[in-house]
Amino acid sequence: MASDDIWILGIHMTKFGKHPDLDTVDLAAEAAMAALADAQVTMKDIGVLAAGNLMGMGAPIGQMLQKQIGQTGIPVYNVANACATGATALRTAIMAVKAGECDMGLAVGVEKLAGAGLLGGGGRGKSDDDTWSPKGRYGAVAPVDGRIGTEAMPGVFAQIGMEYGHRYGGTSFELFARISEKNHSHSTLNPLAAYSKKMSLEQIMGDVMIAYPNTRPMCSANCDGAAAAVVVSGAKLKTLAPDQQRRAVKVRASILTSDPYEEACQILPNVNTLTREAARQAYEQAGVGPEDLDLVELHDCFATAELVHYDNLMLCAPGEAVPFFESGASWRDGSTPVNVSGGLQSKGHPIAATGIANIWEVCHHLRGEAGDRQIEGATVGLAHVIGLASACGVHILEKAAA
Amino acid sequence: MSQIPLVDYLVLGDDPHLVAHECTGCGARFFDRRNACAGCSGTEFTPVRIAGEGEVRAFTIVTFAAPGVPVPFVASVVDCDGTSVRGNLVNVEPDPEHVQLGMKVRLTTVPVGADSTGTEAIGFGFEPLGDDGNGSGGN
Repeated sequence: MASDDIWILGIHMTKFGKHPDLDTVDLAAEAAMAALADAQVTMKDIGVLAAGNLMGMGAPIGQMLQKQIGQTGIPVYNVANACATGATALRTAIMAVKAGECDMGLAVGVEKLAGAGLLGGGGRGKSDDDTWSPKGRYGAVAPVDGRIGTEAMPGVFAQIGMEYGHRYGGTSFELFARISEKNHSHSTLNPLAAYSKKMSLEQIMGDVMIAYPNTRPMCSANCDGAAAAVVVSGAKLKTLAPDQQRRAVKVRASILTSDPYEEACQILPNVNTLTREAARQAYEQAGVGPEDLDLVELHDCFATAELVHYDNLMLCAPGEAVPFFESGASWRDGSTPVNVSGGLQSKGHPIAATGIANIWEVCHHLRGEAGDRQIEGATVGLAHVIGLASACGVHILEKAAA
Repeated sequence: MSQIPLVDYLVLGDDPHLVAHECTGCGARFFDRRNACAGCSGTEFTPVRIAGEGEVRAFTIVTFAAPGVPVPFVASVVDCDGTSVRGNLVNVEPDPEHVQLGMKVRLTTVPVGADSTGTEAIGFGFEPLGDDGNGSGGN
């Protein structure tokens, strides 16, 4: 192992779902302590902590976590990058280790989101004196959500999927529902998923419509959860025990991008270009191609989003996401299994935890520890998240050489 | 009765239309003010009128929304002669049988309501353009 390589030494995700008896700090502590135990190290070994929690609205989750599990005086970076917050925390810890500031770092993402309902949207009413008065960057006299399009996530991502269909054809309500059917089917093998019930195509299509073509089970599940990872330099790993070296997972690529300017990005977020660019950089950094991936965890915040990311991550030729899915490629027995965890639609989406939980899923398979849902012989996997406004994280991970 | 536009990039009057700030360097258009162009970093902008007809490039029929937002409504992205505009599709049944990707639409105004002084707020939407060039309904 090269000295300047970065490795995941330990990683953990909590059960996703409802945790009424645990607060944000409890969940973060559970994930962090378990990741440290998995790495066979303690807080005394950690040189940097990066942590994210969106619903805390700027509360210093990293320092709150330190008070729960160990205050060692190390630098803490509290990060926020929408749904890419977890990946951003991980990337921050990786950068610190890569820069030589320390040889081991801890990244944590946590969210309490059970019962949160619809995210995005809403807005203010008339001003206090009940007269129309222009406010904000668009001089709006009333809330624009619902009057000028939609600001709620299910409708935003519905349009992103519909736009793909407009450009390339082949999409339909049923096609998007079948993507959700796949992920709900995969979730039955994941004991940590918030929802692990198989759902038929009829059940999915017949459920409550949220924003056509996304019905309720086609939307990511709001839930509580946390995930944490310990990263280590190759130089330090060489000094650790054989068992730690054997279970370490190599970070072949760690990329974060933002959205470059494009026409229309001011009115509908473009989740495509920054994902494609992150993937391109990640494949180049890792020296692997999409054909080398044994599994992919991608950001299926809505069924309509999964389709476009097949294309953005170059799992298929440009414009070929529909035939790629219809070939069965993204099912767990297909050529490129996608979201074998059940994805955000069933595993759940505790926002700031998601970008580390998807890394955990990939590591779990690369270590050969995924039990009933193990993808046999998995050696290389990719994890992708996107947060609106926008940030995209892509990590490519590889099993340690025997 | 006096009127006020829902947003400042909607111009009311006899010929309602949308306006944008266009970068004089690269032609990028923004509905809000920018200190420098997000596309080319140029700092000069000029007001431009947005085409009033376009094509639906993406839509969703929202049936579950934040409290206070009436549903159903059709949110869409309309390509107005190269400038993408976010708006609702109006004067059309909000179901997948009546709303199609690629359908031709035109800008129309929509009443939002009056405040305590009687000033009426006016919003905008896009309505289907019939084959004969006439819309399928009034506003």
